[in-house]
Amino acid sequence: MTTELRFSKDHEWVRVESDGVAVIGVTDFAAGQLGDVVYVDLPEEGDTITAGTEMGEIESTKSVSDLFSPITGTVTEVNQAVVDAPELVNASPFEDGWLIRASFEELPEDLLTREQYTELVGE
Amino acid sequence: MLDQPLNATALSAIHEGLGAAFTDFAGWQMPVRYTSDLAEHHAVRRSAGIFDLSHMGEIRLQGPEAGQALDHALAGKLSGLSVGRAKYSLMLTEDGGVVDDVIVYRLAEETYLVVANAGNAPEVARELTERSRGHDVQVRDESAGIALIAVQGPASEGIVVTALADAAVAGISAQDVADLRYYRVLQGTYQGAELLLARTGYTREDGFELYVPAAQAVDLWELLTAAGGEDLVPCGLASRDTLRLEAGMPLYGHELGRDILPAQAGLGRVVALAAKGDFVGRAAIETADLEGARVLVGLAAEGRRAGRAGSAVKDTAGAVIGEITSGALSPSLGHPVAMAFIDPDHAEPGTDLVIDVRGKDLPARVVPLPFYTRD
Repeated sequence: MTTELRFSKDHEWVRVESDGVAVIGVTDFAAGQLGDVVYVDLPEEGDTITAGTEMGEIESTKSVSDLFSPITGTVTEVNQAVVDAPELVNASPFEDGWLIRASFEELPEDLLTREQYTELVGE
Repeated sequence: MLDQPLNATALSAIHEGLGAAFTDFAGWQMPVRYTSDLAEHHAVRRSAGIFDLSHMGEIRLQGPEAGQALDHALAGKLSGLSVGRAKYSLMLTEDGGVVDDVIVYRLAEETYLVVANAGNAPEVARELTERSRGHDVQVRDESAGIALIAVQGPASEGIVVTALADAAVAGISAQDVADLRYYRVLQGTYQGAELLLARTGYTREDGFELYVPAAQAVDLWELLTAAGGEDLVPCGLASRDTLRLEAGMPLYGHELGRDILPAQAGLGRVVALAAKGDFVGRAAIETADLEGARVLVGLAAEGRRAGRAGSAVKDTAGAVIGEITSGALSPSLGHPVAMAFIDPDHAEPGTDLVIDVRGKDLPARVVPLPFYTRD
């Protein structure tokens, strides 16, 4: 059973799965802002990621944006499907468009709840 | 200093109704996309897209010496254009650089229409007026009053034929449309006002550009949309840019500018030195020493990361030998394409080069333009 989504101010989401591993992606808001995603540059398995620092890039037809890590930990898996078909980020940002899985000690305290994130993006 | 409000075209409310995202292009509020850049791009190559290009400028020259005035004002031999034909041309500075690239239509013996880019239209109109002094011709900037709608794609002929069968259209039959060849223009009326139908475009697909007074724009857009149904997709400036890039067509401000001589951009043939007498920029073109001057080439790469305008181009030894002017991951070809000005000794097709994409060196190769042709 997965826990609730948490969100970063940089429009990433984090979901902790039953095995204690975090799944990370970008939100539907981010995907909408980006437009058609054509390329994702992700960290590799085994890489350390640090909350709030840049861990890769996400490129759309019109722009390139940094991907910021929402948590501190170690990458355990990269979503090859998204690497092969970046448009999955637009089609399914919370499900098939997940970006990486990572192990971690604890989640940062300043991750937002869904309500707080919704307020942030002003929907 | 207060910001100037953006100009809106006569079709603005339609774009809003379609949920368009807007951008400021040359002081105009224009749709950049309606749904997805890629979907709009693919629609043009596979079916048809409809574009609002009303921000562009239209300057009419009327009089017995209209052709001679244009021969003097522009780089090409416009007086030699037959009635009903269109010609791509350039307006040059005294130094031979490019003020704008334009399409000129000869509508009648003594009537020409010059279509300019939105950002340059006021200057082109001023220069045409200035350069026409001493010729028996009237120059009228009609940009504000004319709307321009383009329909581009393999399905465009059928759509335009269906639309123009409407009772409000006179003077252009279905056969006329089918018979209209590339770079030719027909005149008729729509709701009693002047309609120009040209088989021109910026995509390398079959397509048409329709000019009507702004008052007719909304009805014409809806007429075309009804005729096209699902086969006709509204397309914004984002898809327009990837389509023209694939087509290897220059965009002013990227591949063309005041500091670029036509021959550098592969447009030497547009300058009619042999066919006519003096024109603005002639002396500079004749005496220009282009030895070592950078030239425009096409670059193709593998993968998905595209160099963009401003990206450095290097030789395989790492020396910077040029700069990209336009670049994108080509939606139709599936790999990165770019146009770049590079040192001429590296310009041979097949030359291996390197593009600096945000600090990463990615291999690329010089390829002939255009990248895409209609098969």
